Amino acid sequence: MSSPALVIAVPSKGRLKEKAAALFEQGGMPLRVKGHERGYRGQLEGLPDVEVEYTSAAEIVHQLRAGRVHLGITGEDLVRETLTDVDGTVEFLKPLGFGHADVIVAVPECWIDVASMADLEDVAEQFARSHGRRLRVATKYMNLTRRFFAKKGVTGYRIVESVGATEATPATGTSELIVDITSTGTTLKANHLKVLEDGLILQSQAHLLAAKTGVWDARARELREAVLGALSK
Amino acid sequence: MTAESAKAFEALEGQARALLDLFARAGYEPVAPAIIQPAGVFLDQIGEQVRGRTYVFTDLAGEELCLRPDLTVPVSRLYLERHPQADEKARYSYNGPAFRFQPLGPSATHPREFRQAGIECFGVPDKENADIEMIRLAVEAVKSAGLRDFSLRFGDIALFYALVDALQLPKRWRNKLRHYFWRPPVFHALLDRIAQGTRPEPDTLATALADKIASADQARAEEIVAAYLDAQGIPLAGNRSLREIAERLLDHAADLRADPLPQEVGTVIDYVLTVSAPPREACDKLAMIAKGAGLDIDAGLGAISRRFDRLEGEGVDLSRATFTAEFGRKLEYYSGLVFQIEAEGLDETEPVAGGGRYDNLLTALGAPRPVPAVGSAIHTERLLAAVEGGA
Repeated sequence: MSSPALVIAVPSKGRLKEKAAALFEQGGMPLRVKGHERGYRGQLEGLPDVEVEYTSAAEIVHQLRAGRVHLGITGEDLVRETLTDVDGTVEFLKPLGFGHADVIVAVPECWIDVASMADLEDVAEQFARSHGRRLRVATKYMNLTRRFFAKKGVTGYRIVESVGATEATPATGTSELIVDITSTGTTLKANHLKVLEDGLILQSQAHLLAAKTGVWDARARELREAVLGALSK
Repeated sequence: MTAESAKAFEALEGQARALLDLFARAGYEPVAPAIIQPAGVFLDQIGEQVRGRTYVFTDLAGEELCLRPDLTVPVSRLYLERHPQADEKARYSYNGPAFRFQPLGPSATHPREFRQAGIECFGVPDKENADIEMIRLAVEAVKSAGLRDFSLRFGDIALFYALVDALQLPKRWRNKLRHYFWRPPVFHALLDRIAQGTRPEPDTLATALADKIASADQARAEEIVAAYLDAQGIPLAGNRSLREIAERLLDHAADLRADPLPQEVGTVIDYVLTVSAPPREACDKLAMIAKGAGLDIDAGLGAISRRFDRLEGEGVDLSRATFTAEFGRKLEYYSGLVFQIEAEGLDETEPVAGGGRYDNLLTALGAPRPVPAVGSAIHTERLLAAVEGGA
């Protein structure tokens, strides 16, 4: 078997996988899994020299960075969180209209004295005086948080890494506020959290991305246009 | 550094042995704190910027650890381990590796792995004596290593605090200025706001509530806030208390009512922070600014002048020294006189040695009482390179 001219990484499970499959179907280029049903390689119908690699949304970012795949479908939040040099590493080819999630800064609803990021630095000063420590921000988005807070001039905090149920941490006392994703706001509301007025870090959705490193020969570029065309239908 | 020749290694080791000998003769006991440290201690004391410059990792037990980016905090922790009551004097010296992530890639002057040799002095109540001893020893150490061509830079955090106190501002503003001092970009935005006399943004909810509680005392304000939360069905959750929420609303109410701060406040702070001159000249300038503004910071200025007098009396050459009022604003644990030694040919961001007073760090690390502390560290690779380069 000859090596593929272009490799595209597609999420291997969940809603991202289903939505991506539906989009290829709609573009007239259905995804075909090779071998058994749960295989991790596939093909695009009509493009035999394209290889589809099923892998996790987070891993797709690493594959793109290393140039091991040409194209990838994954969430913008993961791309911006993982890569230090986004623009030098990947090219955003097309937002795909699914996987919507906002990365936001949220504080307890009872903080009625707090409305914006500027308030946070004052709260941090007061909190350090009363509690002898910094405000704790629970999140899995350590880099997005650090960059956004620095841009807003908020520094009197520290991050506690949280990989699940982040929205519950202020009430349980392991954090004071959170940075997390939300799509409808229901979970935040249920946990008595409110989003700060200027606390929107990123409006994320799934994108088709191209690696800037890796081998891009004439055929690969041609196939890239074909895939982009199909996904734009 | 990725690798070093045996010769380079031996040169560094030789230099370190000589430095440690000198420190030992001055009464500093050698210690070797752990290289792997809990990351939380550094994140709490220095802030999240640490994460951008430090090798932080999670071990198999899930504990967040780091390769120490600096030895002051580890040596302070070691002091507290030995003296949990923090009631003893101690003088420690050390030589060992420290690690920093270099965002632009490691280089000869910004290595990601380097050796720090230094001294820390804890619990000595005569701060002036301890400061002098520290600076004198640091200078003696780099000179003994063969450095001839260098200059000293000084700053003094306490002087800024004295200035803020002398301005006789409301407490909420004093707290704010002291806190923002460590955050230069927002600090300048704050000064601009003061200078322009702009009032705080009237945001609806907080302002409405502030109006409601404007004439209340703290206890009454808390009742009003509690009643509001209750009526809205909002639970009081998390670590921030009703007291803190009410206190900030009261501050907000006071800001809305009060006249803006006099614009001169911003101007004076700005003037003071731009002073950078030889020590005597800087002291004169600062005295003039204070006098012009009718502020009394004589005690603070006197303390620095006396230190400069004594340093010269003990043979430290200040003819090439600079006092920079802004200097020392990066490490929030500093509390008083700070200094660094700059070798000819290396710029201000690449000192061969530095240090200062940090009287608040040990209580922050859990000491049951305040511990006066002052220390100094030498970047040994830089020192060797500077000496070999002819400085």
